[in-house]
Amino acid sequence: MMYATRTRNARPEPFAVKVSLTERLGIAHMDWALAFAVLALAGFSLLTLAQATRNDVPGSPNYFVERQAVYVLLGVIGMVLVSRVDYSRFRELRVGIYTLLCTAILLVFVFGFTARGSRRAIELPFFSFQPSELGKLLLVLALAGFVIDGARRGSERGRTVRYLCLGLAPAGLVFLQPDLGTSLVFGAATLGVMYFGGTPWTHFAVIGGTIAVLAAAILAIAPAAGVPVLKGYQEERLTSFLEPSKHESGAGYQQNQSKVAIGSGGLTGRGDKATQTRLDFVPERHTDFIFAVIGERYGFIGAAFVLSLYALLLWRALRILTLSKNSYGTLVAGGIAVALLFQVFVNVGMNLGIMPITGIPLPLLSYGGSSVLSTFLAVGVLQSINIQAQLSRRGRFAW
Amino acid sequence: MYLRGDEIPAGGRLSLRIAVFGGVAVALFAILFFRLWNLQILSGDHYLAEAKNNRTREFRVPAPRGDILDRDGEVLVDNRTSLALLLNTQKLPDDPAARHRVLARLADAIGMPLRKLRRRIREEEETSAGAPVTLRKDVGYDLVYYLEERQREFPGVSVQRVFVRSYPERSLAAHLLGTVGEVTEEELKERRYRDLRPGDEVGKGGVEEAYDRHLRGEPGLIKIQVNALGQPTPGGQLVSVPPRPGKNLKLTIDAKVQEAGEAALAAHGTRGAFVTMNVHNGEIIAMGSAPSYDPTVFTKPLTQKQVDELYRDEVLAPLTNRATESFYPTGSVFKLVTAVAALETGALALGETMADGGEITVGGQTFQNAGGQAYGIVDLVRALQVSSDVFFYTLGLRMDGTEALQRWARKLGVGRPTGIDIAGEGEGLVPNKAWRDRLYREGATDRPWSVGDNIQLAIGQGDLQTTPLQMAMAYAIVGNGGTAVTPHLGLELQDAAGRVLREFKFRPRRKVAIDRAHAEAILEGLHDAAQAPGGTSYGVFSGFPIPVAGKTGTAERVGQADQAWYAVLAPYPNPRIVTVVTVEEGGFGAESAAPVALRILEAYFGRKAGRSLGDNGGSPG
Repeated sequence: MMYATRTRNARPEPFAVKVSLTERLGIAHMDWALAFAVLALAGFSLLTLAQATRNDVPGSPNYFVERQAVYVLLGVIGMVLVSRVDYSRFRELRVGIYTLLCTAILLVFVFGFTARGSRRAIELPFFSFQPSELGKLLLVLALAGFVIDGARRGSERGRTVRYLCLGLAPAGLVFLQPDLGTSLVFGAATLGVMYFGGTPWTHFAVIGGTIAVLAAAILAIAPAAGVPVLKGYQEERLTSFLEPSKHESGAGYQQNQSKVAIGSGGLTGRGDKATQTRLDFVPERHTDFIFAVIGERYGFIGAAFVLSLYALLLWRALRILTLSKNSYGTLVAGGIAVALLFQVFVNVGMNLGIMPITGIPLPLLSYGGSSVLSTFLAVGVLQSINIQAQLSRRGRFAW
Repeated sequence: MYLRGDEIPAGGRLSLRIAVFGGVAVALFAILFFRLWNLQILSGDHYLAEAKNNRTREFRVPAPRGDILDRDGEVLVDNRTSLALLLNTQKLPDDPAARHRVLARLADAIGMPLRKLRRRIREEEETSAGAPVTLRKDVGYDLVYYLEERQREFPGVSVQRVFVRSYPERSLAAHLLGTVGEVTEEELKERRYRDLRPGDEVGKGGVEEAYDRHLRGEPGLIKIQVNALGQPTPGGQLVSVPPRPGKNLKLTIDAKVQEAGEAALAAHGTRGAFVTMNVHNGEIIAMGSAPSYDPTVFTKPLTQKQVDELYRDEVLAPLTNRATESFYPTGSVFKLVTAVAALETGALALGETMADGGEITVGGQTFQNAGGQAYGIVDLVRALQVSSDVFFYTLGLRMDGTEALQRWARKLGVGRPTGIDIAGEGEGLVPNKAWRDRLYREGATDRPWSVGDNIQLAIGQGDLQTTPLQMAMAYAIVGNGGTAVTPHLGLELQDAAGRVLREFKFRPRRKVAIDRAHAEAILEGLHDAAQAPGGTSYGVFSGFPIPVAGKTGTAERVGQADQAWYAVLAPYPNPRIVTVVTVEEGGFGAESAAPVALRILEAYFGRKAGRSLGDNGGSPG
């Protein structure tokens, strides 16, 4: 077999031949740079929450940081556990995973509770779980399986339509919760898997054109015709970033305040003198707008450091993609990479005032159990792909 | 082309896709980095300034207005603190029904009709949107405690400590003091109020307005750090500039004299005015108008009844300062002006006598002395003493066509503003040929100027329109030897400890050349009128230990009883003060006006008249 991509990245064997403790734990062949990136991001999240949310919950200054620490701990354990599993098994389980994904999202409609006008989460005994967050990973795992599975069946056009439908079904359900941001991530992940799965460029051109037409229709034509597809606030958020001054008090307000917060941070940040984010001018500062907090508190140095960590994360994901022992791993790593890049760009772009407000959390930095946990699990899958690649190259398999 | 199976495809197809994706990722990160650089490094200062501006709110702390004192330091106006109810409308519920419930509850609690409450909110929102609406001033502690205990039911209601004007002497000198009220939108456009903001209080009328600049003080400033909801953050006080209280204003008024004048005037139960002025420097010792009012009513919103009483009653018009704002004919009090004019222009020689037969007929029209009395051979002194109309009719006749009387009336300050330091004073009218003829041409009157007009003017009748203060000016100029002083109420500014910060200087407005002998002769006549047997006000002033020179006046007015006048210079022959009193519908000057003047002089000189009033009655003025 030719592994064209692997030979390029071949490197000397770093570890001892004897079975070491790390090997027995299954973490010997982890991508340590990737692990460093995610742990550093999670650590930065804890630092930021510890400093910036001290006065948010009266009586318990560490409310957010304590909970986030628990989520990070669970996430790290989950990441290590998942990394020990041969991700290829997920391919066999794709139908089950896909069913689980759709069922969980549907369950939200039945059991979910409404927060801020949107049913997104199911109340569990110790925390409220948001299936759509984990759904990003599940969708990538299942869809990659379907792409590989459908290898010899159907025309290319038929396959494109099928994968699109498989991806857009859960995305549509999430959209109806309503959770515009997450449904967009679903869409990005779907396209990412298809992209690395080999969907012809021409098909992407058609898809791109359709998206453009749809966006125009939803944002401009449908409301004009009296058939609004988006809720008013959704549309306002999507369009206000184009003219923030026109929406000074509404959706544009958040974005303006976020911009002011980040801009006021300057090179080195304002530390505890930060006011924009400490005094509630920036809304959702521990979740969607945590990047604004970082920008104001730690300045360009802190914000650039965070962006660099994401760049490192993405580079490692791409590297793992190329190292994968099989195409399934490539597609999974590709889907995860695309979803992460999409989330980071949209969230940071929204904080910086160049992207619309869509309610997408910043992976690993935003406070929130479901998001932190599923991101760690996704990184665990990436680690698994890396470990399996290392092991297969050494002619050994973990289990 | 899609993958064929799970094997890694050979060749560069996947590599191309990875490269493209990598390129896109690099591009997106580049965009984020560039934007971050742009915001934080290139525009950082701009956003830092914006952030700092974002988090501070300024609150103005009202400064207490300065006290107003009389010339001896007695307090006429000071402040007391009171509680005002404010409503921050932004904290009201957005839902119209819930908003209505809160407002209805509030209206009920503060005892204000809901309609009025809504109107008040609307009005204040129009003039100063966003600022808290002052619901009621001067509320009691009971209501404050009630509202504070139920803050949840009354969102946005807060209490502020405010200064309210207090008048320990009640209505004393109300017309001079003026009141205090919120600055109006029009006033805000004026230069003198350029530092003010809507809701600030300024003086309205009287010395409160005239000396507002000094009395007002400077509001303090508190800058506090607030969160996005505008709520103060703990320990967030950034700047605190204490308010600078206004300066105390000491007036030229002598409260004792003022009180005596007001009491004597009020005893008549009718409308009238008085003024007492230092003839040498224009200091106004006392000035009053009846009916008066208690300025305390303006510290709270007026009731409809109060509005009717204060503003709608055009006859009583209690807010009008009749000493400077009302115009009357003066009757014989004006004879001083006629005498000066005749002597100075040569229409009358000093010591010249004429026969008073009780009447004079000019051009078929007969002019009589009051009461038809004949005084025989009279000179100027005698004519003033007994108030011979025929003597002055003759002077009027002699001066007709020369405008000498009108010219001298103006010189002595009749029919022109006196320049007093409080607003509201008008001009008045000294009728002349040109004025009457123009009126006739315009059809506003039935006849042109005739000699009769000048004859009437010579005894202060006819179309003459002047104020008590203008008459006081005329007497002062004759009394002080020809200086037109500037009447004024402001004496000096003091700080809270009573140290003088500034003395006001009012320079004389002009000099009037009057022959000393002429003035002496006139004063002699006036002295005889007051204190020589047979004088018109001898009955009133004969027992007064200080020699004075006073003239009665009885002005005939169409449609009402005669108006009594009295003008007196004291002490004679070198007068220090002039007092002019007028009593609308008071009858003969000696009956009602002169006794008021006596009370004022008694208070000023601190001495009582030796004999009781009225046993000699009053001869016609």
